[in-house]
Amino acid sequence: MSILVYIEQTEGKVKKTSLEAVSFANALAAKTGEGDVVAVALGTLEESELSGVGAAGAAKVLHVTDARLNEGVIQAHASAVAQAFQKVGAKTLVLAKSSLGDAVAARLSIRLGAGLVSNVVELPNTSSGYLVKRSIFTGKAFAETSVSTENKILAVKKNAIDLKTDGSPAMVETFEVSLDSSDFASKIISTERATGEVLLPEADIVVSGGRGMKGPENWGMLEELAKTLGAATGCSKPVSDIGWRPHHEHVGQTGIKVAPSLYIAIGISGAIQHLAGVNSSKNIVVINKDPEAPFFKAADYGIVGDAFEIVPKLIEAIKAEL
Amino acid sequence: MKILVCITHVPDTTSKIQFTANNTKFDTTGVQFIIGPYDDYALARAVELRDQTGGTLTVLNVGEIETEPTLRKALAIGADDAIRVNAVPKDSFFVANQIAHYAKAGGYDLILMGRESIDFNGGMVHGMVGELLGMPSFSPVMKLELEGTTVKMAREIEGGKEILEASLPLIAGCQEPIAEWKIPNMRGIMSARTKPLNVVEPVSQETQAEAGNYLLPPAKGAVKLIDKDNVKELVRLLKNEAKVL
Repeated sequence: MSILVYIEQTEGKVKKTSLEAVSFANALAAKTGEGDVVAVALGTLEESELSGVGAAGAAKVLHVTDARLNEGVIQAHASAVAQAFQKVGAKTLVLAKSSLGDAVAARLSIRLGAGLVSNVVELPNTSSGYLVKRSIFTGKAFAETSVSTENKILAVKKNAIDLKTDGSPAMVETFEVSLDSSDFASKIISTERATGEVLLPEADIVVSGGRGMKGPENWGMLEELAKTLGAATGCSKPVSDIGWRPHHEHVGQTGIKVAPSLYIAIGISGAIQHLAGVNSSKNIVVINKDPEAPFFKAADYGIVGDAFEIVPKLIEAIKAEL
Repeated sequence: MKILVCITHVPDTTSKIQFTANNTKFDTTGVQFIIGPYDDYALARAVELRDQTGGTLTVLNVGEIETEPTLRKALAIGADDAIRVNAVPKDSFFVANQIAHYAKAGGYDLILMGRESIDFNGGMVHGMVGELLGMPSFSPVMKLELEGTTVKMAREIEGGKEILEASLPLIAGCQEPIAEWKIPNMRGIMSARTKPLNVVEPVSQETQAEAGNYLLPPAKGAVKLIDKDNVKELVRLLKNEAKVL
């Protein structure tokens, strides 16, 4: 018996959040005695990239080489992962919560008769029953969810566990799946993705700007700060609504929910809807000229002052320190 | 063209989240309930598509009698009729089965809902209904256009979007900017009073993953303020205290 992990790729690279899911499964297997961890990877990937998943805690990787799966065709991905689940004889499927992961997991839940818990924040409590702690109310609370089915699916939230990096290389095995035309009934025409940048939902550090930045022309210094830190850039809802920044950078209740180690908010007042998108961050820094900005109440560190003076100094200080 | 929009009845986004009954129940004291913001986008787009195609638009909620004002609001926004499946929405699997059971009989071409509810944030119901009905499902969908029976969509992915095409019937979990929220006008509010709101009893269904106990995150400590002329101190704290640099 093994725990199966569905890992996602972006242009031939296994996503970091998927590696965290592997580490989560590794710790879960050690706890429940469910054997080892087998990952299933779909589409074109180098052998070295796949064996590298071993470092995060997988013993084996099943590789479905069908290049049609390079893109996230939801129905086809669900069919391929379901077949891997049967082959491995798994009872538990673990995956990272993501745009594609959520869509695939929901279909698999029905197909595998598996109780599904999303936004999982820590290892299940199996001392009596199977209790899974998950984030609810957009990070404002947690629920202990009792899973009653034998098969289970856990969609793990970012930062639920520390990434394991010391595992041995995984054995890679090609796995043939049978997919029919109905699995590919929808067609992905094109994919537009910000390239060469740190992706916001997966970033460890996020630099975010609000209306206090006064205009899109002033984003250069936020981008420079982000670059210095290896961070992603985000923004508040008003900023994406007026079109200063693209919608996929909008952090908040109805935008992207982030969970970085460090969130730096510049010129954002901290409306409750914005806080809902950042409350899973480990550390929050707020820079705002208004000392009454509600964001300071949610912050770990704060500087009251003009962003246009502070940010360049901050970039300089970080460069000197790193 | 028959469109079904499934909506949630959830606390307003500014609600204070508290629990009662020994942390086993959400405390509704002083809480205002709304149509889920994502569902509201789905509904707004559905109204546009209904007007474009001249079809019908039914709105559905799984909930007890207190959700009826929320359904009436959806009628005021533009739905033609409403269905309330008379049950407490115990988990996603339970809700998906209620929707699938109702939708199967209805023969809908398009089923829209929000990408997730803002209370439990599961984001699972659309995919589950899709699998139960043997229909393709897509989420989070930020653009949806009809050309005959072809549906052109944009789906948000990490750091960008995917442009895709599929055929009706299908299910989509929606988010902005698929449409602008619609505010009901006086005519809508008046006509909503007389539009049909039918109550149907649920089908018997086990749950799979029910929430039991609730917890609040630990209270946040006070913010450490750093002088604006001492930015270096912030970098030192981030490095040595928070250990994030």
